[in-house]
Amino acid sequence: MLTIKNLHASIEEDGTEILKGLDLTVNAGEVHAIMGPNGSGKSTLASVLAGREDYEVTEGSIDFDGEDLLEMETDERAREGLFLAFQYPVELPGVSMSNFLKQAVNSVREHRGEEPLSAGDFLKLMKEKAALVHLDPSLKTRSVNEGFSGGEKKRNEIFQLAMLDPKLAILDETDSGLDIDALRIVADGVNDLRGEDRAFVVITHYQRLLDYIVPDFVHVLVDGKIVMSGGKELALELEEKGYDWIKADTGQAV
Amino acid sequence: MSENGTELLHEVAQSEYKYGFVTDIESDKAPAGLSEDTIRFISAKKNEPSWLLEWRLRAYRHFVSLMEDGDGLPEWAHLNIPPIDFQAISYYSAPKQKPELESLDEVDPELIDTFNKLGIPLAEQERLVGIAVDVVMDSVSVTTTFNKELEKNGIIFCSFSEAVQNHPELIQKYLGSVVPHTDNFFAALNSAVFSDGSFCYIPKGVKCPVELSTYFRINEAGTGQFERTLIVADEDSYVSYLEGCTAPQRDENQLHAAVVEIVAHDDAEVKYSTIQNWYPGNSEGVGGIYNFVTKRGICQGDRSKISWTQLETGSSITWKYPSCILKGDDSVGEFYSVAFTKGMQQADTGTKMIHIGKNTSSTIISKGISAGKSQNSYRGLVKVNRGAENARNFSQCDSMLLGDRCGAHTFPYLEISNPTAKVEHEATTSKIGEDQIFYCLQRGISEQDAIKLIVNGFAKEILAMLPMEFAVEARNLLAIELEGSVG
Ligand SMILES: Nc1ncnc2c1ncn2[C@@H]1O[C@H](COP(=O)(O)OP(=O)(O)OP(=O)(O)O)[C@@H](O)[C@H]1O
Ligand SMILES: [Mg+2]
Repeated sequence: MLTIKNLHASIEEDGTEILKGLDLTVNAGEVHAIMGPNGSGKSTLASVLAGREDYEVTEGSIDFDGEDLLEMETDERAREGLFLAFQYPVELPGVSMSNFLKQAVNSVREHRGEEPLSAGDFLKLMKEKAALVHLDPSLKTRSVNEGFSGGEKKRNEIFQLAMLDPKLAILDETDSGLDIDALRIVADGVNDLRGEDRAFVVITHYQRLLDYIVPDFVHVLVDGKIVMSGGKELALELEEKGYDWIKADTGQAV
Repeated sequence: MSENGTELLHEVAQSEYKYGFVTDIESDKAPAGLSEDTIRFISAKKNEPSWLLEWRLRAYRHFVSLMEDGDGLPEWAHLNIPPIDFQAISYYSAPKQKPELESLDEVDPELIDTFNKLGIPLAEQERLVGIAVDVVMDSVSVTTTFNKELEKNGIIFCSFSEAVQNHPELIQKYLGSVVPHTDNFFAALNSAVFSDGSFCYIPKGVKCPVELSTYFRINEAGTGQFERTLIVADEDSYVSYLEGCTAPQRDENQLHAAVVEIVAHDDAEVKYSTIQNWYPGNSEGVGGIYNFVTKRGICQGDRSKISWTQLETGSSITWKYPSCILKGDDSVGEFYSVAFTKGMQQADTGTKMIHIGKNTSSTIISKGISAGKSQNSYRGLVKVNRGAENARNFSQCDSMLLGDRCGAHTFPYLEISNPTAKVEHEATTSKIGEDQIFYCLQRGISEQDAIKLIVNGFAKEILAMLPMEFAVEARNLLAIELEGSVG
């Protein structure tokens, strides 16, 4: 589904290279966890995949379901089924959740050659998906993320994921800022959405989340590269030992 | 902003006025120029009583004295106003009612398309393009029912000229009582040469059952460039008045200087809503309308209330401050405004709330959206007089910038002479965020739709104040204004 080869990306503004030759392959149905120290480039990877223009890809390729992802515009990528749950969800004052999602859902449907949802079906869908992450129904009538608590914002991201039904979902630290109960709710929601046709890339700092969302693979991202990959045990090992041993092992500067 | 985003914003900013259209009206015109003779000519044409001629002449003399002191144009406004040659204007022209077209089939389909996008009803479309109303059965019957309804309640709603003939005592009592001719340069000019306008009187205890809109006065002549509106709400009455429409308005006259006066007696409430969409000129700002309006209401009576709600998207220069004089005790003034400017447009708009009575309160919410190279200023005065015990004001002025070549400015003035006053002011300026657009794009929403969503969200609180059908049209209008491409 996703094949990243030798990806180099730098900050558009000053040319600083952040991703320095990253390789990653994700198949349909798989869950990949990406861990790594602060500032190693995890969010940058997510942004480059989603198509944020602050970054320039200088080398390498990304294949998404047989197509060249780098040739697609940001909104096109989304319509093709790439979803990013933001580390810091953005507030849209005055834009109601339902209005926002109606536009989003219908542009995705249009892209797939489907009819726009009727008002009734849309409301039904909202209700069903909100229940998945126990989102307070009143939040749906409010403006997008405006005045939402940190945890509500994160749950709202998973709610949108469920609404848009993507092929590939990238979750950037969706667990940070969640209390224990919310963590479980979000993880249950994600597990519900797991399926043969859908893949997840889960960026996290904590083993805790991976207790609930059990990954098929764990990758360690250090200084813009994936330096180690393994099964779910790798996360436990990282939790115990930190990153220094990897940096030493793989010859990365500390 | 992404490169694409910036491009789109520039495109949005330059999108030409989509509705410019001109109907050629055969007119019965006065020769260009302004003198006492011009005033006499107008007054005679309209068969006015002598007191009204005298009133006009006093205003004219005042105007002349202002001209002698300089050019009389406001220097404080954040506007760049080219000199106006007042002698080059023709001050009287009576449009003839001869329709040019038989049906909508004869109208440019693009224009019809715009009307449909705006959601303007068919009958109204026909009126706008100048189709004879007597072939429009729908509209005629609506108008008749409408007029019956008003008559039954004793409501007077007619053209200003008719009111001068039929209700001279009301006109004489109230004309100039809120906006005297000495108020400002344009008020003086308007008072001298005003051609027509609307008059509305709501009797004691009557809640006007329909929204009064100039839509319904379809048999009246065009309002002209120096329009005069007078609304009087007697004790314990209520009226909601709508002015303008989302439809494109072009005019052969570049200068528009209207005056609107509202009087609210004890326990009366007047809600005045405006959508202004005059031709803003081409992308260089050439040929657009100058809209210099004086609008003011007085809460004369205790517990009276006046609220102004406006959506301003048109004209090349706008200079406008709908104001409230809160004279009665416990009276309330409100001002809700959305001003959208793009291209080379300039808008200097805001309000004045003058607190005189006890326990008076006022609310000001102003939202400015600027795109292109436009300049959008809010200018507001909150004045609390010595005797105005317990005055309250809340002001909120938010500006949104689309792109980095436009300007937003806020000029709040406070003059507080009573220590019991409680005045709050909040102001924000935001750039439409790159982050916000990226968030929308990531959900599959196109950049144009994202901008529309965000701008509409910003203005939502105000648009919601407009009467229902107006609000829908207003949202559509904003969306069309934001559209990048022409056609
Ligand atoms: N737009 C930008 N402008 C300047 N620096 C940037 C930008 N984006 C990323 N960086 C820098 O690139 C590096 C990688 O950042 P990134 O956000 O990808 O890290 P991360 O792995 O997600 O970290 P964290 O675990 O703290 O979320 C950091 O040093 C960051 O400051
Ligand atoms: Mg990060």
